[in-house]
Order: sequence, then C-alpha cells, then structure tokens
Amino acid sequence: MAVLQAKLDALQARLAGLSFAPQGWLGAARAEALTRLTAMGLPGKRDEYWRYTDPTGLNVAAATPVALFDPRDEPPPFDAIDRLKIVFVDGVFDPTQSDALAMDGVVIERLAGAEGADIHWASGLYGVLEARGQNPVQRPLATLNSAFASDGVLIRVTATPSKPISLIYQQKSETSDVILHNCIKVESGAEVILLENGAAAARLNHVTEVEIADNARFHHIRAQGRAHSRQSNTHLFARIGRNAAFKSFTMTANGKLTRNDAVLELLGADSVAHVAGVALGDGAFHHDDTVFITHAAERCESRQVFKKVLKNGAVGVFQGKILVKQGAQKTDGYQISQALLLDGDSQFLAKPELEIYADDVKCSHGSTSGAIDETALFYLRSRGVPLREAQSLLVLAFLAEAISEIEDEVISDDIRQRLQSWLARHEH
Amino acid sequence: MLEINNLHVKLEEEDKVILRGVNLKIGAGEVHAIMGPNGSGKSTLSYVLSGRDGYEVTDGSASLDGEELLEMEPEARAAAGLFLAFQYPVEIPGVGNMTFLRTAVNAQRKARNEPEISAGDFLKLVREKAKTLKIDAEMLKRPVNVGFSGGEKKRNEILQMAMLEPKMCILDETDSGLDVDAMKLVSEGVNALRGAGRSFLVITHYQRLLDHIKPDFVHIMAAGRIIKSGGPELALEVENNGYADLLAEGI
Ligand SMILES: Nc1ncnc2c1ncn2[C@@H]1O[C@H](COP(=O)(O)OP(=O)(O)O)[C@@H](O)[C@H]1O
Ligand SMILES: [Mg+2]
Repeated sequence: MAVLQAKLDALQARLAGLSFAPQGWLGAARAEALTRLTAMGLPGKRDEYWRYTDPTGLNVAAATPVALFDPRDEPPPFDAIDRLKIVFVDGVFDPTQSDALAMDGVVIERLAGAEGADIHWASGLYGVLEARGQNPVQRPLATLNSAFASDGVLIRVTATPSKPISLIYQQKSETSDVILHNCIKVESGAEVILLENGAAAARLNHVTEVEIADNARFHHIRAQGRAHSRQSNTHLFARIGRNAAFKSFTMTANGKLTRNDAVLELLGADSVAHVAGVALGDGAFHHDDTVFITHAAERCESRQVFKKVLKNGAVGVFQGKILVKQGAQKTDGYQISQALLLDGDSQFLAKPELEIYADDVKCSHGSTSGAIDETALFYLRSRGVPLREAQSLLVLAFLAEAISEIEDEVISDDIRQRLQSWLARHEH
Repeated sequence: MLEINNLHVKLEEEDKVILRGVNLKIGAGEVHAIMGPNGSGKSTLSYVLSGRDGYEVTDGSASLDGEELLEMEPEARAAAGLFLAFQYPVEIPGVGNMTFLRTAVNAQRKARNEPEISAGDFLKLVREKAKTLKIDAEMLKRPVNVGFSGGEKKRNEILQMAMLEPKMCILDETDSGLDVDAMKLVSEGVNALRGAGRSFLVITHYQRLLDHIKPDFVHIMAAGRIIKSGGPELALEVENNGYADLLAEGI
C-alpha cells in the first residue's frame, strides 16, 4: 500500500504541471486514460519492469534542462532521402518546415486539431492499443501520454505511398518537456515506411500505436536525439493482422536516459514482427529496451535483435519477452541481445524471458556481453588497417545483425554513416 | 631484406622463454624455409615479427630493409611491406571479405601517400586474383573466413597477399589442412608472386610443400633457436630421417 501511495503521490506532483483537454472524441479517450492512470500511479523503482532503470527522471514534475546537441558537419538523419517531412519543434508542429500533409495513399492529420469531431477513425486506436498493452505489465507512462499528449500525427495508409513519411522532432529549447502521440493504421495491402528522428525535447514521452491490417506492411526506422543529457521514454504498440509485417529499427546514440518499450501482438497467421535496435553510449548513458511480443496466431515469426556499445560507465538494459499463446503453433521466435563493452566500467543487464503455451514452436534467445575481439583486431592491423579504423570496423561488424534488419539500403547506409561518425567522435 | 639478430622472446604474462637467440638474414628475392617440431617457436617468431601483443622481446633486433621492425605498430609493419599468412586465419563475423580487402588495400596506400584504388579497378583486380586461386564470388561476399573450410581459409590468405603485394611474405604452415589439389593452387599462387624484389619465409612442418615452393635456404628450428641451416637437401634429410638426428646434433 505504501508503495502504491508513493506512486500516486508522484502522479499528483506530475499532474499539477499538465493541463487536461476534454474536447470531442479525443477528450473521451483522454478521460478514460486518466481514470486508468489514477488507479496505477507512476512507475516505481520496485516495479518488475523498472528494476534496472530508475524512472525518477521520467516521473518528476519538471524536466531537467539540457544543452542542445551540436551536429558539427554531420547532415541531419535521412537528409538525402526523398520523403514527406513533418516537423515538430519542441513538440509544436512547424508548418513552415513541413511539407503539405498530403500524399497519394495516405491521409495525415495532426492530433492537435483532430479532437473537435465526435467521430474519428483514430478513436478505435488512440489509447486502445496502449490500454491493451497494460496487461500483464503496467506501463503508466504510456497511459500518462494518452491522457495528456499535446500533439502528434494520425496517419491512415490506404495504399502504398511513393515515399516515406518522416517525422522530425527538433529541439530548440533547453527546457522543453514534450508529450507526443501518433496513431497509424495501415490498411489491407498497403505498405509504408515511417522515419523518425530528433530529440524533440529535454524530456520526451512518446507513444505510437500502429494497426497493421491483413496483408499490410509497416517499416519504422528511428534515430533518437543525440543531446547528451536528454531523457526520453517511448512506447510502440502494434496489433498485427494476417500475412502482415511490422519491422522497427531504432538507433540511439547518446542520451542520459532512454527507455524504449515495444509491445507487439501477432494476431493473424503467417505474419512477422521484427524489432531491432543499436545503442551507443559513452559516459552518462542509460539505455533500456523493453520488449513484449505476443504470438496469438499460427506460423508467425518474431525477431528481437538488440546491440549495445558501451564505454566509460554507460549502462545498457534489455528486457525481452516472447509469449506464445495456446494454439500459436509453428511459432518461430528469435531473440538476441548483446553488448560490446569497450572498457571495464560499463555494464549490461539483460532479462530474456520465454513463456510458451503451444507445443510445436521454435524459440531461441541469447544474451552476451564482451570486449572487442583482440585476435580479430590484430588480424586487421596485420593487413595494414590502423588501430582506430580496425576498431570501428569491428564495432560496426558487431552491430551488423541489427542494422541488417533495415530493408531499405539507402536508409541502412544513412544509419551506418551516423554510427561511424559517432565512433569517430568517441574514439577509444 | 629481413634481418633478425639474436632475438630473445618471452611471454609477457608468464615467465616462459620461447625464442632463445634467433639469427636469420633473408636477401631480396630469396625464399627461405623454416622447419621444426611443434612447439619450437616458429609461429611465435612470425607473430613477433608482425607485432602481435603478448610477447616481450628481451634481447636482439629485427629489421626490414634497414627499418627497425620491433618498435613499429602492426599496421606500420604491414605498410612497410611485411605480410603474415596466418597458421590459423581469423574469422571476423559481420565484416565482408570484399570490404576487408578494400579497407586493407586502401589503408596501405594511404600510409604510403598513394591515392585510393577506385571501386572499379579494385573489383577487377580482386576478380582476377581470386579466379587463379579458385575463390568464387560467393566466398568474396561472405564475412571474412566465416564458414570457410580449412583450405578456403588458406587460399583466402594468399588472396590477401596477392592483393597487398608485400615485399616480405611470411607463410606460417600454409600447407596444414590442405589436400594435394589445394596445396598446388596455393603454391601456384605463391610462385606467381615470386620475383627479384620479393622475399619469402615459408614455415612448414612437412617437406612436401617445398616440392612446390622451392626454397633457396632451409633452416631447422628447435627449442627457440635455429640449430641448422642449409640448402633444399636439408628438407629432404628431415623427410627421410625425422628431426631426431638433427636435434641430437644441435644440442
Ligand atoms: N600466447 C601463448 N601462451 C602460452 N604459450 C604460448 C603462447 N604462444 C606460444 N606459446 C608456447 O610457446 C611454444 C612455441 O609455440 P609456437 O611458436 O606456436 O610453436 P610452433 O609454431 O613452432 O609449433 C609452445 O610451447 C607454445 O605452447
Ligand atoms: Mg605454429
């Protein structure tokens, strides 16, 4: 009881700084979320899924100010890719930097401004997938998001658009504290690429709910903000139909605290859900990937591929679960989480879990952490490759399995270049 | 070309002495063979020359064309023209063989202030050299040595040597694990590189490799020393009588 009281007190302190918008269909969804949140309180250090990550920075009433990231001569992520750009600055939509919110095959609306209607297609999604994702593990920060998100996008994909949709979250204020919420519905037979990049704020709470219909495909590639002391927590909730695909990749370089949750449900047969990430941290860096994949249909494949490169006391966390429900025969579940520790100060904590209620399934999981392979390093150097270049090559090799989860080669090259420039800045 | 004087080496982490005063002089264009029982220090010599960690040179010196080798970083030795074909080639998951080769070629060019090779020229060159070693496109695409058979790994070493065109090549038991056909391929690859400017140190356990790669000089190594040197006939003596007599003589 005392524990719950502390969580409720934390919630009251947080709520004091937030304002509630009751209008229209969205107001109803928000009120429903607020009711759920009020019963839960904010996450506490003793919660099962917060043992390795201290939620305090994400809970407290005000965000800690951060210094902005200086990109030097690095171009912004995805710069050379033809895409539909939607720009938010400190969480506020910026029409001057954004393209027109229109493209063949998609209907795009801002969340702010969509609340007026009484009926909206997104009402079947907003807060709905998030609510489903509360069981068996509570995720109060996502519920807080549903109740108080100030903006975001609602995207309906009715046919395959000609280019990716790119959400750019710029941060210009050192104190911004932002809550964004996106809903995406990919209709039957459609395929779409969603790109996301940027810190958005000193502190970001971000939720994306994705519904993928039968025969639809969703690709998500994200490069999180590089500001060293930014804090963010993100949630991806997805409901995946029959013969459909969900593929998400996240690159995280820098950030004092990052918690990325992915809660994916395979509900139709013959579908795939892949979630992958690379994280690079030097010094004050705590990065937590928490994944929960439910197989509720036959012949589905899921992959979790997470790689972290840690140095100077950086901390990496992986909590990944595969739940195979009764009847989900021929499930193929794969999970790997690995850390490359570039010095003895860094730490990797992993909690892989399997829970299986079907008898004809193939599930594997592995978790390792280790130093750079000295023999391989010498082999490269003996061929004339200088030490630093050899180290970078081996680090990229370590990350390769995760990067290969990105299907589009132009995008994976962009990510690889970003990783290389991070490595150049953080030479061993 | 290569000059080794009174080289004494022990393990860094243990008080174990491995090389006990090795002397060897290899002239430009010469092919020398070192034979010797297992554990006599042949691989250690090749590692120390190429700059691997874990060894401590307690006495002596080694130079390549007058340049002191032992103070240089491994990559600098490679750029100076030293190449070691490993007894146990290393697998590098995640690094494509092509990427590896191009990175190595360009790194050495850069170290010598030469321009990078163009992607087109590089591809042409690799294909040509790979073909003579019967290395197919598939093998070039795979991660370095991952899933390669023993013979494929050794051929891959020779491919690297052919691409990098070193002036001093050390081959550490390149024949081990090879069948007769593979040994021929590898030997032809090596012989194609023989020439006035390029020297070889061929480490082997068996005489049969030396039927294919004909040495000018043969040295017998035992317990960290070269105990006997001679011409190709020395290898035949080993073949016929084993090491026992030589070892007895050497003591
Ligand atoms: N890194 C090492 N750690 C422990 N022992 C070593 C190491 N390197 C070499 N040795 C020892 O040194 C001796 C010589 O080894 P090596 O040079 O591999 O011989 P060869 O190649 O002639 O068979 C052997 O007794 C071997 O066990
Ligand atoms: Mg040996």
